Amino acid sequence: MDGFFARYRNALVLIAVLVVFTIGLAVQVRRPDYGSREDGKRVRVFRYWAVALVSPFERLFRATGQGIRGTWHNYIDLRSVRRQNEQLKDELNRMRLYQAAMAEDARQGQRLQALLEFKQQYIAKTVAAQVIGTSGSEQSRVLYIDKGIADGLKPDMAVITPDGIVGKLRDVFQHSAQVLLISDTTSGAGVVLETTRIRGVLRGTTDGRLRILDVLPDSRIKPGEPVLTSGGDQVFPRGLKAGVVDSIGQDRNYALVTVKPTANLARLEEVLVVVEKGAAAPEQVASTENEPETGVRGEHLPQLKPQTPDEEAKDAKEAPLPRPTPALRQDTYSPGATPSAATLTPGARHDNAAAAPSTEAGGDQH
Amino acid sequence: MAALGRMYSSRREMDEHVFHPAVSLLVPLAAVFAGAYLPKLAPWLLILDLPLIVVIFFAVERRSPISGVMTGALVGVLQDLLLNQPIGINGMVKAVVGYVAASISLRVDVDALATRVVMNFGFCLLQSLMLLGIYQWLLQNANVHTSWLHELLRAGVNTAVGVPLFFLLDYTKQRA
Repeated sequence: MDGFFARYRNALVLIAVLVVFTIGLAVQVRRPDYGSREDGKRVRVFRYWAVALVSPFERLFRATGQGIRGTWHNYIDLRSVRRQNEQLKDELNRMRLYQAAMAEDARQGQRLQALLEFKQQYIAKTVAAQVIGTSGSEQSRVLYIDKGIADGLKPDMAVITPDGIVGKLRDVFQHSAQVLLISDTTSGAGVVLETTRIRGVLRGTTDGRLRILDVLPDSRIKPGEPVLTSGGDQVFPRGLKAGVVDSIGQDRNYALVTVKPTANLARLEEVLVVVEKGAAAPEQVASTENEPETGVRGEHLPQLKPQTPDEEAKDAKEAPLPRPTPALRQDTYSPGATPSAATLTPGARHDNAAAAPSTEAGGDQH
Repeated sequence: MAALGRMYSSRREMDEHVFHPAVSLLVPLAAVFAGAYLPKLAPWLLILDLPLIVVIFFAVERRSPISGVMTGALVGVLQDLLLNQPIGINGMVKAVVGYVAASISLRVDVDALATRVVMNFGFCLLQSLMLLGIYQWLLQNANVHTSWLHELLRAGVNTAVGVPLFFLLDYTKQRA
């Protein structure tokens, strides 16, 4: 027996490791939608340690890169100032270098300004975060950001940029969080085509592209049509830009609508996490949701303005009660012929004759 | 020089290498970190699998299948922890790669350039094949499809990066 174990020791170790992994996988995949949902407590602890191991280096590299860039720009500026003092001939070069450095800062300023304007325009409350790393594999399209529980982030919060939606938070740790991109195969977002109002579910494919699933073939769907979030997934606020239709094909009974994301998912630097979805969001959406329908569909549809439940209740209270049409010939069944219930006595006989004259009189008047 | 002072009973023993514990720890960690950070700078680098290259290198240089299995399993699990997938998928795959690589190294001269090219290319394809098998048969995930042209490209890129990296990592090995 010892000889058997000694002879097949290597293979037995491999088999033991594979069995352990297989059991581990079997336990984990019992949860439906594994990839898109937050991990269980035990798995999360392991992921937390891995992220805690890697993210400090990612932050360090990012900060170092920014520091080197800043130092370099400062060095160039300093050299240019000295040259300016020494030689007027170098003034032009110094100005060019300075301009280059300022242009970089201006671009960054414009980007941040765009974020701020976007913040005021669309969403109630957001937290800006820097992207610090990726999954490092094509198997899963996830990013890591430098904000976490300490900044008020929670799983399933939407992550966006001014250009469009990015994804949602999956695992959130103390000072970092995992963002599941919309291009991941396990990701999903409820979307609506802006012009045709066709709804569907936007999902990622293995090759990192986006497709709208379960859409019946429709000749009105054209490339270039904007795709907006529908709000049906309870993650993304309604009306945000998701992408534009890139191509339309057909797969069995369904249309194969490929979507090009409006946000550049491959080169994300700063993102916004929607920590609070305000009531103002629907009227601030990027689409023309609240504007009268135009185009082919608008010509054939009544112009309805969507109302909130509060508005509907208010309108219902203020609207006059419907009145019955006056009868041409009054009788005991005509509206108003029956006396009020408050005037009746229980058990007593009701005298129709007393009421009849007045109604008949009324009827005569008509 | 250290090798000259010791008697080896076989070529296998002579070819066995060990690594300083710091190298054994930091190189795989650096590979996982670089794999996660570099695609942020250049998205196309997502095609690189530096942890796989490191697993192959350590497995073939140590020439021990058990060591290869353990290295592959640990590096794979660390890689899995950064994904949004069940932990163990890459652990399984890289454990098998480590085992096979170490087993081959007992029979073939793995320090030759041609062998290194073939190994890197072959193990990259083997990994893609095993990943597809795990997703489709073990996890019953029908959404995962593989473009074999893309996998060939991936194997080519990883080989192009892996071979120079092997020569760089050669400086870290010591005779057993």
